[in-house]
Amino acid sequence: MAAKPRLAVFKFASCDGCQLTMLDCEDELLALGELLDIVHFLEASDRAEPGPYDVTLVEGSITTPDDAERIRHIRQQSRYLVTIGACATSGGIQALRNWADHEDFLKAVYASPQYIQSLATSTAIAEHVPVDFELRGCPIDKRQLLDVVQSLLHGRKPHTPSHSVCLDCKRRGTVCVMVAQGIPCLGPVTQSGCGALCPAYDRGCYGCFGPSVQPNLVSLTTQFHATGMATPDIVRGLRLFNAYAPEFRHESERLAGDRARECDAPTAIAEEVQS
Amino acid sequence: MSGPDTQTPVGASVFLSLSGLDDLIRSLKQSGYEVVGPTLRQGAICYDRIHAVQDLPRGWTDRQEPGHYRLERREDDACFGYVVGPQSWKQFLFPPMSTVSLAELSTDGWRVTANDGANEPRFAFLGVRACELAAIAIQDRVFQQAAYTDPIYAARRERALLIAVNCTQAAPTCFCESMHTGPRCSSGFDLALTELDDGFIVEVGSQRGATLIATVATVGVTDEQLQWAEERRSGARKQQRQMPRETARDTVLGNLQHPRWSEVAERCLSCTNCTQVCPTCFCSSVHEVTDLDMTRVERERVWDSCFNLEFSYMNGGAVRNSIRSRYRQWLTHKLGSWHEQFGTSGCVGCGRCITWCPVGIDLTEEVVALAGGST
Repeated sequence: MAAKPRLAVFKFASCDGCQLTMLDCEDELLALGELLDIVHFLEASDRAEPGPYDVTLVEGSITTPDDAERIRHIRQQSRYLVTIGACATSGGIQALRNWADHEDFLKAVYASPQYIQSLATSTAIAEHVPVDFELRGCPIDKRQLLDVVQSLLHGRKPHTPSHSVCLDCKRRGTVCVMVAQGIPCLGPVTQSGCGALCPAYDRGCYGCFGPSVQPNLVSLTTQFHATGMATPDIVRGLRLFNAYAPEFRHESERLAGDRARECDAPTAIAEEVQS
Repeated sequence: MSGPDTQTPVGASVFLSLSGLDDLIRSLKQSGYEVVGPTLRQGAICYDRIHAVQDLPRGWTDRQEPGHYRLERREDDACFGYVVGPQSWKQFLFPPMSTVSLAELSTDGWRVTANDGANEPRFAFLGVRACELAAIAIQDRVFQQAAYTDPIYAARRERALLIAVNCTQAAPTCFCESMHTGPRCSSGFDLALTELDDGFIVEVGSQRGATLIATVATVGVTDEQLQWAEERRSGARKQQRQMPRETARDTVLGNLQHPRWSEVAERCLSCTNCTQVCPTCFCSSVHEVTDLDMTRVERERVWDSCFNLEFSYMNGGAVRNSIRSRYRQWLTHKLGSWHEQFGTSGCVGCGRCITWCPVGIDLTEEVVALAGGST
């Protein structure tokens, strides 16, 4: 029998919640172990084998020069590299630093900031290395994770729709919280994936799965304004877990009138590491 | 109590008290029906399983505007004193998710079981409005055209019992009168109720309805009650919106390059809400769900929408690659090419797409604008 495909899981700047989703696959975990050889998954086991890997799942964003180098090494060792979660696919909540001065944060948080080496930006993995598939969510959805792993094993297209959360609300019979309760909701511009969780509990969508395909942000924020929401509140709503995702970022900058720092080019980071 | 031998004939009416309605619901449940009717949920009137009159939204009404819906208290205790909510009966006849077939691998190879509808539930719908009867008649044509009958829809539809309710008020978003689909329930029901202060005038619409109403206590109707019912129903004819029914088809199909399509696309979120709340929209997609060891494959059908980019994906890319082209596709199909396909308009004038659009796009306004404001 041929050797099982080797799976590795790596973490960058993140909360570990997306890796945990893998362990949340309680009913499927044993079957997954039958299909794959999990050779590097530090949250679950101290087994930490070197590459190469057939499938590598990467959680977290790039926030330090060391990590910018480490992801290049992981990419070299990986046949398929799949990024998982909002941090890895858009920079995460920590990308809020992209609109601020990270030196100020270092001074405020650390007694001796001179020992801290960090980048001025928090950016998605795909800004640094080629990525084979980006799985969205904060955290990712377990069914989608299983589907992506299966699709790689069987050589088919993953089933991760790019439509809005609204369609999921309607499928599960949730009443639109925006229309019936006047609650601001990012559902119309956010990609499906969570199963439309928050509106089912009378809360607006927070945009955890990032922008849906071709989202009409201007129309939605115009409607937020019309229903009495103040611009700073709309900007805060867009600057959450996927703040630096291009469509959310551009709309929040249009409204706030500011600009985020651009990601340092990988070559510039590499030079910085070498110096 | 009228016995089976003295059944109220089809076309005739009787009076049913409020407690009689409770008995009717109980009688339906005893006959094995899942009774679905209006209930309060999440700030709206939704169709859900009901067990008694007390589950109905008594004393509540709805206030609707484009992109806006709120529940309000009525001054009376009416059971059906609202218009239409976010859901339609489509939810039950054409469920949002259904298993079309199942394939299982055993030592003998793959065994495929198609869903032939044999195990689909038996519903009794309480509170079907005239526009919704029209919508069901349209979906009957969509799903039951001879060679292309959908077994899941057909089974649910054949078993369903329809208890209609005549509207006694209209929302500002209603325009059934201009579409000739209401507000009076004229056909397609088993029983049709008109609510009075102390009960209901019940019109018998089918033999099945006649048999059902004979299971509960009713009394004859007086001329005065019929007069009151007529006055109540006339309240639903005061409609603010209208669709230019005669010209809408030519307007949408004859103005494919009108600048208005670009203007509406600036507002349209392409979020799919209008198509999901529409009682006639029927788009779906089918995909396979496999278990990890690849021995069980379920073929699932889920509601989909022409507003999704992926919905028009074909070899080489998406055919409708802009919100403008997707909105145009929806409206030209609904009001235009639906006629060629199914022999009627696809719109019944219920106004749901206006109310439940998060940014309040109004298709009646769009049609007028596309006609150059001259309709």
